[in-house]
Amino acid sequence: MNIPFYLIAALTVLGGSAAVLLKNTVHCALALTIAFAGLAVLFLQLDAQFAGFAQILVYIGAVAILVVFAILLTRGSETPKDGVFSHTWLAGLAVAAAVFSVLGWAVLQSVPGLPYTPAAAPIVTVNDIGKALMGRYVLPLEIVAVLLTAALIGAVIVAMHEKEGTK
Amino acid sequence: MTGAATPLVGYLLVAALLFAIGLAGALTRRNAILVLIGIELMLNAANLNLIAFWRYGPHPEALTGMMFAIFSIAVAAAEAAVGLGLVISIHRHAKTTDLDQMNRMKG
Repeated sequence: MNIPFYLIAALTVLGGSAAVLLKNTVHCALALTIAFAGLAVLFLQLDAQFAGFAQILVYIGAVAILVVFAILLTRGSETPKDGVFSHTWLAGLAVAAAVFSVLGWAVLQSVPGLPYTPAAAPIVTVNDIGKALMGRYVLPLEIVAVLLTAALIGAVIVAMHEKEGTK
Repeated sequence: MTGAATPLVGYLLVAALLFAIGLAGALTRRNAILVLIGIELMLNAANLNLIAFWRYGPHPEALTGMMFAIFSIAVAAAEAAVGLGLVISIHRHAKTTDLDQMNRMKG
């Protein structure tokens, strides 16, 4: 079987588990980075080079840094006295376990219908992706551009200091 | 690349596990930032599914699943920016990021 896949999958799942289980919030953000890196390697294994490097750029380069900034700005690294888990944690865990069992059951039930070996590795260059983005997917690209602009302005306005007397 | 030796079901199970971990984090943590981290993990698990189905599907040269994943990454980045901006704003207002203590929508 494929040893690298198991190693990377184990690293990704361990990173994800640590990101939601650790007590110190800064450690959670670092574990999240490991999970993102593992996912990027999984993308590269699946011959999706562009998505893999976009994952590294966007998630490790931007989202993880943003999370660390938010933690430091909100002093979230101080562990609260009454525990890090909500008082409804048992119900949340039960819902997550139920979702995983349903998803896993569905995947395992459909094993006979799944393609075992993929088609021949597609040769996808950045050129192809650029042409697709400017051709068939130009409308979603424009909508994403508008969304990103709106999100940028919205995030700045939301996080901006409130002026005195405007409350 | 080595991906061809791994059956699709392996990727799907990893994605399901990551989704469940993210959901558990989003539902059980008290810190709002950790809830956002859980949501990001769920989005990433969905992206892994999209890429895996793109690679194992009959027409990978059509790029459909890959484009879906790329747009999903862009939307997730926007979501993270707005979400963390909201957390900072709420922290400035209520002096806490503990979701159990946030029980008012009116300031």
